[in-house]
Amino acid sequence: MENKTWQFISGNEAIAEGAIAAGARFYAGYPITPSSEVAETAARRLPQVGGMYVQMEDELSSMAAIIGASVAGKRAFTATSGPGFSLMQENLGVAVMGEIPCVIVNVQRSGPSTGMATKPAQGDVMQARWGTHGDHGIVVLSPSSVEDCYYLTLCAFAIADRFRTPVVLLADAAIAKLKERASLHPVPEAERAMRPLPACPPDEYRPFAVDPEERVITPLAPFGGDYVYRITGSMHDDAGGQAASPANADQVIHHLTDKIEKNRSSIVQVREYDLDDAEIAVISFGCSARSARAAVREARRRGWSSSPSGPFPRMRSGTFSPTSAPPSSPS
Amino acid sequence: MRTYRDYLVEKRFPTIWCGGCGNGIVLKAIALAFADLGLDRKKTVAVSGIGCWGWADDYLNVNGFHGTHGRALAFATGIKLANPELTVVVLMGDGDGATIGGNHLIHAARRNVDLTAVVVNNLNYGMTGGQYSGTTPQGSYTSTSPYGHVEDGFDLCALAAAAGAPYVARGSVAEGGKLRELVRTGLSRKGFSFVEAISVCPTHFGRRNKKKNPTEMFRWLRENALSIEGAKRLSEEELKGKFLLGTVRDRPSEDYGTRYGRVTASAGEMEELS
Ligand SMILES: Cc1ncc(C[n+]2csc(CCOP(=O)(O)OP(=O)(O)O)c2C)c(N)n1
Ligand code: SF4
Repeated sequence: MENKTWQFISGNEAIAEGAIAAGARFYAGYPITPSSEVAETAARRLPQVGGMYVQMEDELSSMAAIIGASVAGKRAFTATSGPGFSLMQENLGVAVMGEIPCVIVNVQRSGPSTGMATKPAQGDVMQARWGTHGDHGIVVLSPSSVEDCYYLTLCAFAIADRFRTPVVLLADAAIAKLKERASLHPVPEAERAMRPLPACPPDEYRPFAVDPEERVITPLAPFGGDYVYRITGSMHDDAGGQAASPANADQVIHHLTDKIEKNRSSIVQVREYDLDDAEIAVISFGCSARSARAAVREARRRGWSSSPSGPFPRMRSGTFSPTSAPPSSPS
Repeated sequence: MRTYRDYLVEKRFPTIWCGGCGNGIVLKAIALAFADLGLDRKKTVAVSGIGCWGWADDYLNVNGFHGTHGRALAFATGIKLANPELTVVVLMGDGDGATIGGNHLIHAARRNVDLTAVVVNNLNYGMTGGQYSGTTPQGSYTSTSPYGHVEDGFDLCALAAAAGAPYVARGSVAEGGKLRELVRTGLSRKGFSFVEAISVCPTHFGRRNKKKNPTEMFRWLRENALSIEGAKRLSEEELKGKFLLGTVRDRPSEDYGTRYGRVTASAGEMEELS
């Protein structure tokens, strides 16, 4: 393919470029190793494309600011690592409950606590899945190459908009700091997934209306247009008013899980290699997927038939996808 | 002509607030200020925190965002920066805006995003049962300072002004008309405006501090209020326990959005050169 634009860049830069290619025009964050190049790239690149970078006073406010920007109609993202991801958990719940699309990049480093700030790790999987309190579904994508960093960021925004959900891009220090050759296709404006907008008359808009089949997700109207409404992290009725009846709470909580679960087939991405004749399957994600692939190749060379496959085939709700699927991916 | 009632959702009345609570007076002052300026409902957003006062956006007939305890200014920052056409008013209690959210207040004032914060300071955490907050006066009684409060309370206006807020003012629920003026001025200033409304929580703070009913609380508020001008003649000792009302600061300063506009322009030029 001749229209490929090969670049030699890092995973962190590819994430920021992916976000911009996806149409993200707002970044709020607080610097932390090993994610800081996402912020630095965003600070340099966003104003070039009419977007905005703002460095907040901590990760609680960073998470809050991207949620605010998203409600006001901008695709918005932030990037952090373990300690900051912990601080984001409460407001991540606002994005879940308020059904506000946004993308949170967690470049994992070794923990617990400050741990080893420059060492890669994959210890935040459960936190990404369950870190904010209460029952909910969430989408988590995990790149295993620099090219994945770019394409999975594109996917993250598309999924966030389509399902009105926060999406976590769970990278790790090894992939984010890695520089390798990657082809980053520009996304023409016209081909960029558009955030769906409501079409009903303003007084009929129910921002939290639920389709029991979860086929239709109610579009989010940006503040400032014709739709005047209320968005909330508290339990709400379909109009966004405070509502505490058990029947309503039951419906809302099921919806928050079901809108992800029932659409799993269009969210989960798994990359499979050499599984057809395999007797042992190796399941891996993120940076270790590359070592697993190499180990399996070596094993096959020595005559064993095992095979690495993509991530855990399933985790309860949410998805765990180690890779997107450009076939050229160097893993 | 719009009236203040156009900005209220009266079908949700009566409010959840206790009889004698100061919140209703601040709510009306805000609705009146909206009407004075003829704000477009579609282009107005009320961002609230969590607490008794945090329910206020439920009763305002504009866009509402009800997030988490202490973080309202951060949500509001994202909303305003993403759509500068919006008028964004941020409704916080003293626990919300000045204690758990104190760091956001300092940085919002310094960053100078064009927001209007209205902090209702009832000197305690009303919603959770009257515990002490960052503004509870030393010596007063709350459910967690049963022997008298050990710490000193914050002077919120001094804090906001020191952090760089261009418009800072303090009113009280004993003077609703004046409060309306302060909120209106705050809304019409570009940049971060901070309006503190000293308020009463008869249910918790009043009950525990020998001001058993709302009338006594309002009398206490009136008796201890001084104008900022008038206070200049008094000694520190005479000012103890007094609320100084009026405009603390009104000095324009270029807001974040305007400055970032220049960042956008120079980033564009640099891209062309590269
Ligand atoms: C992170 C977090 N911590 C604690 C609480 C519990 N909480 C809810 S409201 C509140 C205090 C409210 O006081 P204030 O902000 O002064 O508002 P008021 O109720 O007096 O209007 C607290 C501590 C919470 N909701 N979230
Ligand atoms: S508890 Fe206090 S602040 Fe809350 S509504 Fe009652 S009087 Fe008002």
